[in-house]
Amino acid sequence: MNKPRRRTQRGLRLGLSAVAIVILVWTFFPVYYMLLLSFTPTEDLFQPGFYVEHPTVRNYIYTMGQDNPFVRYFWHQIGNSLVVALWSMVLVGAIASLGSFAMARMQFRFRRFVSGLTLFTYVIPSSFLAIPFFKMMGDYDLIDTKLSLILAMVTFASPYALWVLSDYARSLPPEIEEAGAIDGAGTIATFIHLYLPLVRPPLIAIGTYAFLYAWNEYLYALLLLTGEPRVTLPVAMSNFLTTDNAPWNLLMAVSTVYAIPPVVLYYCFKRYLVSGLVSGAVSGT
Amino acid sequence: MSSTTREGRPRASSRVAQLLRSRTTQGFLFTAPLLVLFGAFVIYPMAFGVWYALDVDSYRALFSDPTFRQTVTNTLWYVGFAVNVKLFLALLLSGILDFPFRWIRILAALFLIPWAVPALPGILSFRWMLNSQWGIFNHLLTKLGLESVPWLARHDTALGAVMVFHIWKYLPFWTIILLAGRRAIPSELYEATAIDGASAFQNFVYVTFPLLRNLYLICTLLSMVFTLGDFTVPWLMTGGAPGDSTHVLATLAYRYTFQMGRLEWGLATFAVALPVTLGFIGLLLRWVKI
Repeated sequence: MNKPRRRTQRGLRLGLSAVAIVILVWTFFPVYYMLLLSFTPTEDLFQPGFYVEHPTVRNYIYTMGQDNPFVRYFWHQIGNSLVVALWSMVLVGAIASLGSFAMARMQFRFRRFVSGLTLFTYVIPSSFLAIPFFKMMGDYDLIDTKLSLILAMVTFASPYALWVLSDYARSLPPEIEEAGAIDGAGTIATFIHLYLPLVRPPLIAIGTYAFLYAWNEYLYALLLLTGEPRVTLPVAMSNFLTTDNAPWNLLMAVSTVYAIPPVVLYYCFKRYLVSGLVSGAVSGT
Repeated sequence: MSSTTREGRPRASSRVAQLLRSRTTQGFLFTAPLLVLFGAFVIYPMAFGVWYALDVDSYRALFSDPTFRQTVTNTLWYVGFAVNVKLFLALLLSGILDFPFRWIRILAALFLIPWAVPALPGILSFRWMLNSQWGIFNHLLTKLGLESVPWLARHDTALGAVMVFHIWKYLPFWTIILLAGRRAIPSELYEATAIDGASAFQNFVYVTFPLLRNLYLICTLLSMVFTLGDFTVPWLMTGGAPGDSTHVLATLAYRYTFQMGRLEWGLATFAVALPVTLGFIGLLLRWVKI
């Protein structure tokens, strides 16, 4: 009686393993290929293969030492990416915690209006607004400043942050306001001393989200920043592509360095990121 | 309750103090930074874009441009085909990653890599693999005695590369969302069907899918709207090449505005997609609560 079940179990495991192999190859091959190229010496670049015959870290040394015309401003550029991402993280955190406190803990007249506007900003593709935004920044003489890029990033990362944070804040017990009222604390004191410590977990999640959003952004960075020392890393990398003799192995070394912070952040904060995402998406049903 | 204690407190309540304590004022003050941002950088640019896009001449110019017509077709493929293939795969994969084995959980974590890696490095890797002379794919083809293919120099394969990359990059994200949706289904339902001797397929048709349907529709709509405005992937994968035949709306608008200096054409390109986008947003607003 047990036999057929055991057989289907084995069949299931076999089928799953086959699927797993396909998934792993599909997932990792492009990443593996990037790493492989980053360790390839220039002499071997034009001999495609599945492994590196003479692995070298020269590409990384050139990148770190800015020892090639293509990576002359590497540290400037990674610094620019970092500054924009950190400011976006801080501002999104501040704006979304203020907003979520109102959205989740207060009944006020135009709540529906704010939530509609938030959802609209979340859904409308940011590229639709890129050209007018560029024109506007030109009018205010803000082109080529990090401020313009930070403003764009904060605008487009805020809705989702507000969403996740309000969702979490709504699940907190109503005693917060009551405790605040008993202590005679005003709204601001309640917000700072009682509310903020409680929403720390989703605050970490949205901070990470905002950082990554800004770190990964390409279109707005391309439009708003010019000049090699002032652009962010992805724009600098895409500028490689405009020449015919781009050193692809060097480009892949830069790519790898650029990809490390997001991958580390994703895996460190995966729990927060995924649960935040999911509560946002699933609660909609 | 708390408001009565506070309002009951004896205090010289001048008009300003009363106004400051009102829920509406406080709500307004706490959401003011958001409202300022959205007003200045969403509503205003939107109004600006629509104002410019009212010019009928730009549409006449657009629709007589063969590149624009090709772009609309490409965008429909990208949004209509690639997104749906991706979500269907995500639905299947979420079922596989839901099996309660330990190694499956590890697999699910590894599977997130394309989502964690920014788009640009992934695109660069794809581009080099597809390189017609030095790429690994053509290397394999020639080894097998087949003709090599100029992947990114042909319209259909170049557009295909854009779509495959899109699926590679964003499949994990939607799979995780659908996986969470599956896990939210109460297990009692499956226990009940197990008593009736239901097969895995019957479970899917009668329990899983009806309960996932709403989420699946929302995911499809969201993904379609996001992809409709995608610039990064097509721009960095093909840049519109060969011969401006693989543009999508966002890259064509960029070309019109910044390479040809026709701002009004660029804005009109987006304006063409705006009614569809607003329709999608209207549907989402009815389904999703914030």
